[in-house]
Amino acid sequence: MKLERRLTQPRWLPIAVPVGSLVVAFAIMGVILVLTGRSAWETYWKIVEAGFTGNGALSATLISATPILFTGLAAAAAFRMQLFNIGAEGQLYLGAIGASWIALQLGDRDVTSTPVFVVAMCVAAAVLGAFWALIPGVLRAFARTNEIITSLMLNYVAGLLLTYLIFDSASYWRDTSTLQARSFPQGKPIPEASNWPTFGSSVIVPLGFLIGILAALGLWVLYSRMRFGFEVGVMADSPRAARYAGMRTRRKILAVMALSGAIAGIGGASQIGDFTYTLDGSPTGLQAAAFGYTGIVVAALARYNPVAVCLVAVLIGGLLNAGYTLQGPDFPSGLVGVMQGIILFCALGGELLLRYRLRITRLWPNKPVVEAPS
Amino acid sequence: MTGISKRFPGVVANDGVSFEAAPGEVHALLGENGAGKTTLSNILTGLYRPDEGEIELYGESVRFQSPRDALDAGICMVHQHFRLVEPFSVAENVVLGDHRGEGRRFVLRTSATEQRVDELSQRYGLAVNPKAKIWQLSIGEQQRVEILKALYRDARILILDEPTAVLTPQEAEMLFVTLRSMFDEGKTVIFISHKLHEVKAVADRVTVLRGGRTVATVDAGPSTPRSLAALMVGREVDIHRGRMRESAPGEEIVLAVEGVTVPDDRGGNALRDVSLEIRSGEILGVAGVAGNGQRELAEAISGMRAHSTGTVRVGGDRLRPGDPRAAIAARVAHVQEDRLGTGLAPSLSIARNTAFKTYRSPPASRGPFLMLRNMAAAARSLISTYDVKAPGPETPARNLSGGNLQKLVLGREFQGDPRVLVVAQPTRGLDVGAIESVHAYIGGAADRGVAVLLISEDLEEILGLADRVIVLYEGSVAGEVDATSATVAELGFLMAGGKSE
Repeated sequence: MKLERRLTQPRWLPIAVPVGSLVVAFAIMGVILVLTGRSAWETYWKIVEAGFTGNGALSATLISATPILFTGLAAAAAFRMQLFNIGAEGQLYLGAIGASWIALQLGDRDVTSTPVFVVAMCVAAAVLGAFWALIPGVLRAFARTNEIITSLMLNYVAGLLLTYLIFDSASYWRDTSTLQARSFPQGKPIPEASNWPTFGSSVIVPLGFLIGILAALGLWVLYSRMRFGFEVGVMADSPRAARYAGMRTRRKILAVMALSGAIAGIGGASQIGDFTYTLDGSPTGLQAAAFGYTGIVVAALARYNPVAVCLVAVLIGGLLNAGYTLQGPDFPSGLVGVMQGIILFCALGGELLLRYRLRITRLWPNKPVVEAPS
Repeated sequence: MTGISKRFPGVVANDGVSFEAAPGEVHALLGENGAGKTTLSNILTGLYRPDEGEIELYGESVRFQSPRDALDAGICMVHQHFRLVEPFSVAENVVLGDHRGEGRRFVLRTSATEQRVDELSQRYGLAVNPKAKIWQLSIGEQQRVEILKALYRDARILILDEPTAVLTPQEAEMLFVTLRSMFDEGKTVIFISHKLHEVKAVADRVTVLRGGRTVATVDAGPSTPRSLAALMVGREVDIHRGRMRESAPGEEIVLAVEGVTVPDDRGGNALRDVSLEIRSGEILGVAGVAGNGQRELAEAISGMRAHSTGTVRVGGDRLRPGDPRAAIAARVAHVQEDRLGTGLAPSLSIARNTAFKTYRSPPASRGPFLMLRNMAAAARSLISTYDVKAPGPETPARNLSGGNLQKLVLGREFQGDPRVLVVAQPTRGLDVGAIESVHAYIGGAADRGVAVLLISEDLEEILGLADRVIVLYEGSVAGEVDATSATVAELGFLMAGGKSE
């Protein structure tokens, strides 16, 4: 078997490849399920049911999809410029820290208007997220450091900061009002008025998800219909040509990193306002979910297209959500992990076939090379 | 190759092309840009599969599924844009992708490869140090590495795509010597070019392509540049170039360069204390052997490279050093020597490439928004005015052939209503028909009052178009001559470092 680079891409290919990848993933998984003594069909139905069609399944899926929608958009925004911001994880923590701080502060000042809370939390989260992303951004623009390394390392710093605020200090975020809270560290709950509203009755849509969709549409307009996106496109494709056209590369690096960090930060605000209502500093809480890294996968599967990120986030969200439902006494959580891994592996592997074609050749080259007549 | 056809969306690149080449022959493929030369060679090297037609090698019909099959059959190609890994050494590049012998080993024996490369380079007169890294080499040396790669793989058929486009006349002459020693050994060389005198100098037979079809295969000996040109463009062309324009420069000094020193990439100075002035409607030619500061002069004026001392003024206003946008705002148009690498974003559409310098203001944009329809319209008008062969404004630039990309860049720069036009090697890589129109555009720009700085290695082009000519030698102005009275010999003397009185 050989891989050859494709010179042309048939029109149907970008649709056929992801669908084919999923089919292959389910086929491989089917073998594993049967080998472990389970019915493949039954399991698959359970996944579809738990992820999408079951009672309340879609609502639960949207909860899983919301944070990875934000981190997916954050990754897509930066990757489009060949800026590999791996730091959405840490930028999301910073967003959560900022959003919970402003919510607590406004609560202390007796603000009761929910819209004020929502706007303030988003702004604070965006500012802190952008600030965190600008650290690798400035280093990249002015010192030419590799933003992959710096943004990745800052994730650990942000994680430790999060733990410190709740566990290792008597910070403003930590709840010290009761004896129980003093012995089992936890964050202060944010005021009730700052809990974000939800929409819909049969399917419950969190406000954060709607904000994410708006952000996706905004990004799409920014990148494909505006001068900003035009410059990003040229810089991604040929930095020398961008300089020749008089584009300011450094400024754009800072702008794109800030944008990416702000989006990830708002993801953190949504996490606080929509779901947890408190800053969760435990290493098994926000940090264990690894939303930032899942977001990279989402962005890659969506091929950095912000509108596609919305769809992929819901799909992956459903898959994650089905995983929680599936695991139980007769279905080990390890098997769920295997399943999710296989699906992601096939989907990302399938991407290769978009650019290369596979050719089966004979094991032994049977045709001797033609000899030149001398 | 018999009856080869290849269609791309919107374009028929090859339409029933046939030709044959014998062992020990240098066979030239001659044709204008977009005539299908490159497509044909990509089919021969297995990069494309033909829609119709047959390839026979030494009497046997072959079907290449991939470039590897073609390599196995002994067909190697030296592309116009080299396929070399810059941080690797010469020997490493040579062994790269070689899946027989040395390239198959898990641990590379560098010394053995280096020795073999050394042998080959001595045998064929391709002087290059096998230990040198690619980025340290000149373009001419890099091309030798490409040829060595082919020889190392025992190529029997070597295809050279526009090999002299990047070479100085001296380097080209050395290349021809190498090619001759190769066909003496029974190898076949397929030489793709649109330069008539070269084809005449090196080839045994010439197959002329036009509009994707074979026009004729003729013996190189009895044919003349004039007869070949007629076959190529389908009509008689006047290839004798004399004085191409009547000059009447205006009074106003549009471009003034005063005592400019420009650093090079290696810590020295590429340009030392250069001063020049160009009036409106005047064409100043810059002659010199490649690498004597021409590129840096152009880049200093267009802001691509910051000068360390001196000033550049356009219409009396000082330009900020190293700021391309200041130069664009002052309406300095710059046609780069390296048009494809610097002048274009290959993955983006023609429309977006057309808008490179106009996207900041209406009609290409309104406020922060792009006006995509206006951008497409501008691209369509450029495609038709400058005769770019492309399916439409949304085609990615990388799908265009080399010559058409060049027309795209030239057209974009000419269209921007410039006050100063800096053009480097405007006709390098272009065919006869396109050269005529590019010369007409440059002359026309000067007639409209544009100050033109024309950098070229083609002395006849400079003498034909320019009003005055300066010669750069090792970063300084070696002398200035009047283009109407100067001779090629006079310029050659200055270019070699002689001083004018």
